[in-house]
Amino acid sequence: MKKKYFLNANIVDPRNSLEELGGLIVDENGKIEAIGKKVNKNNIPSREKFIDLKEKYIFPGIVDMRVFVGEPGFEYKENFRTLSNAALAGGVTSVVTMPNTSPVIDNVSIVDFLKRRGRDKSKINILPTATLTKNLEGTNMTEFGLLKGKGIVGFTDGIKTIQNTRLMSRIMKSAYDLDCLVMQHAEDFELSINGLVNDGIIATKLGLTGIPDLAEKIIIERDLSLLEDYNCRYHISQISSSKSIEVIKQKKDNVNFTTAVSINNLSLNENDIGDFKTFLKLSPPLRTEEDRLSLINGINKDLIDVIVSDHKPEDEESKRITFSQAATGASGVETLLSLALEMYHNDSVKLSKIIELVTSNPAKILKINKGNLSIGNEADFCIVDLYKPWVVKKEKMHSKSKNTCIEDKKLQGLVTNTFVKGEELFKI
Amino acid sequence: MAKTYKAVKISKKHLLGIQDLSINDINLILDEAKNFISLNKSKNKKIDILRGKTQINLFFEPSTRTQSSFELAGKRLGADVMSMNITNSAIKKGETLIDTAMTLNAMHPDIIVVRHQDSGASNLLSQKVNCAVLNAGDGRREHPTQALLDALTIINRRNKIQGLKIAICGDILHSRVARSNIYLLNMLGAEVNVVAPSNLMPNEIDRLGVNTFSDMKEGLKDCDIVMMLRLQNERMESSFLSSNREYYEYYGLTPDKLSNAKDDALIMHPGPMNRGIEIDTKLADDINKSVIKEQVELGVAVRMACLKIFCE
Repeated sequence: MKKKYFLNANIVDPRNSLEELGGLIVDENGKIEAIGKKVNKNNIPSREKFIDLKEKYIFPGIVDMRVFVGEPGFEYKENFRTLSNAALAGGVTSVVTMPNTSPVIDNVSIVDFLKRRGRDKSKINILPTATLTKNLEGTNMTEFGLLKGKGIVGFTDGIKTIQNTRLMSRIMKSAYDLDCLVMQHAEDFELSINGLVNDGIIATKLGLTGIPDLAEKIIIERDLSLLEDYNCRYHISQISSSKSIEVIKQKKDNVNFTTAVSINNLSLNENDIGDFKTFLKLSPPLRTEEDRLSLINGINKDLIDVIVSDHKPEDEESKRITFSQAATGASGVETLLSLALEMYHNDSVKLSKIIELVTSNPAKILKINKGNLSIGNEADFCIVDLYKPWVVKKEKMHSKSKNTCIEDKKLQGLVTNTFVKGEELFKI
Repeated sequence: MAKTYKAVKISKKHLLGIQDLSINDINLILDEAKNFISLNKSKNKKIDILRGKTQINLFFEPSTRTQSSFELAGKRLGADVMSMNITNSAIKKGETLIDTAMTLNAMHPDIIVVRHQDSGASNLLSQKVNCAVLNAGDGRREHPTQALLDALTIINRRNKIQGLKIAICGDILHSRVARSNIYLLNMLGAEVNVVAPSNLMPNEIDRLGVNTFSDMKEGLKDCDIVMMLRLQNERMESSFLSSNREYYEYYGLTPDKLSNAKDDALIMHPGPMNRGIEIDTKLADDINKSVIKEQVELGVAVRMACLKIFCE
């Protein structure tokens, strides 16, 4: 690989508190050789060709902590190749994949298959999770230690919640012993039974069963109470309401845990569901505008650590049916960054904060050396034209499934190039 | 009486819900329906304004009165009526809806009347076919012709809706009839009270512009109309109520509770009734108070009006 020189770029690297105009040098091995304002025309060899980025932005490659891939079992929804292409188009260079596949990722033998497929078919870093319980049944724990040894970065039942409190306490104790990350989807299934949308005026008007915000709050309260005694690495996969923010605020000083929010819940509210738009049937559901604003406020108050895409590709057939039968989730890995930048453009959140929540923070939680531009690290990064307007179009999506919940939305900020290990794998 | 606006044409292609209609649309339908009341009482009940038109009744949920009412309405107007009852046990329901719709659409019907157990099913169907779609009930969302026939019944008796105080009582949570009636009665200027145990009261329903009560006597106070709803046990997946016996004690319409309403208050019920659960059987049959049979009668007229208007 030839050395690469980028000059005149706005570099944002929250891990190294870097936010300045400067350059980036990638060495022959695809590692970062130099970065920052000291890298300029004067200190690169005159015979070398450089790229003038004209003040475009360089961010560390995005680390998306919640992505569903269809392999194995649902290859028609998304495979590693299409996921990789979609991610690269959105500046995402590392993804944490959910174990809700068929078969589910709950034993050591399937992890080998997964890693092989991920390595052979995708160009990005695949960070697989395994389930907390065997076959997602919520009864028996999986082999955390052995799975971790095989390269599993975290444990979660994905779209399911551990309902049994006794089991949850045991999971936490095991996770503590083995230093494993537990990621909980917070939803009391008894309270949310048959639920489709936020329990409120929209549910009442559309005649759909509601999912109360209490269903989320109760699990978070329960888990954080348990955590006080069994202090393991614990992460709330997604939150959606102001009630949850309140709980987190109260507990943040006493217990160690981290929290993520889906970009969907930060950008949309329940009114966007309109006339039964199944593409906006999400979990957790879109809630009120007050909830959305409290989540943004939660980011600014350091109560939320991570923004995820909650990328859940679903084929047309699963969405072109009635709302109650339609599949839950939206395809979104390629729009995560652009949609998050909306919060910068409308002055809700600082740019470095947004980038922190999609790069260094998830990496820190996962204990991986990604999401930063430190010298000597593999050069995973993206170049972004921060002010470039564009419109989300289904037909232009790279994901195998086109179920975006922001079709026709006007966004500002476009990923123009994405590099993994110094290699340019996406270019607009 | 509310000012009548003379509209000549309906503003919507489909009748999916009262929410979508304007006051002009409502008055157009009600005026048209009034013309059919007398026709339905005459010796020769058949006219031919829909001759050559094809009406398909597509019922994914069992129904006796709504389906027969629509069928009769179509036949009295001279349309060719085909009724399909699709039980949804064997096949995946959603696919059936779209697939059936596409198949039927290829046969060039002029109007499809649809009932489905999922809220929003008629909206989805209307996006897939070329002809007009009439919603005969979708999940717990809307049942527009029921609300229209209820309004017509009230107007027939009271000459107006404006200013009346109307209580809708019972299983509001699962009721599409309640939702359609709330929209319609509000539009026509009534004051609407909603009475239900908290477990059967939809969240934030007050934002639809109604007063909510969990005490039936308070909810019925000074009401002109008492509209009872059927307890939809088949839609209840877990414990909403302790027992039918207790429900009757607190929410069943009895002479005692009715005495809180105005002396000449009318009793309505969309049927089918659970006698002895939500309504005292004698009250249901009291010809001086109950207009339940009249609702059924005027239902045919309202559906004739809807078929005529939406076929045009």
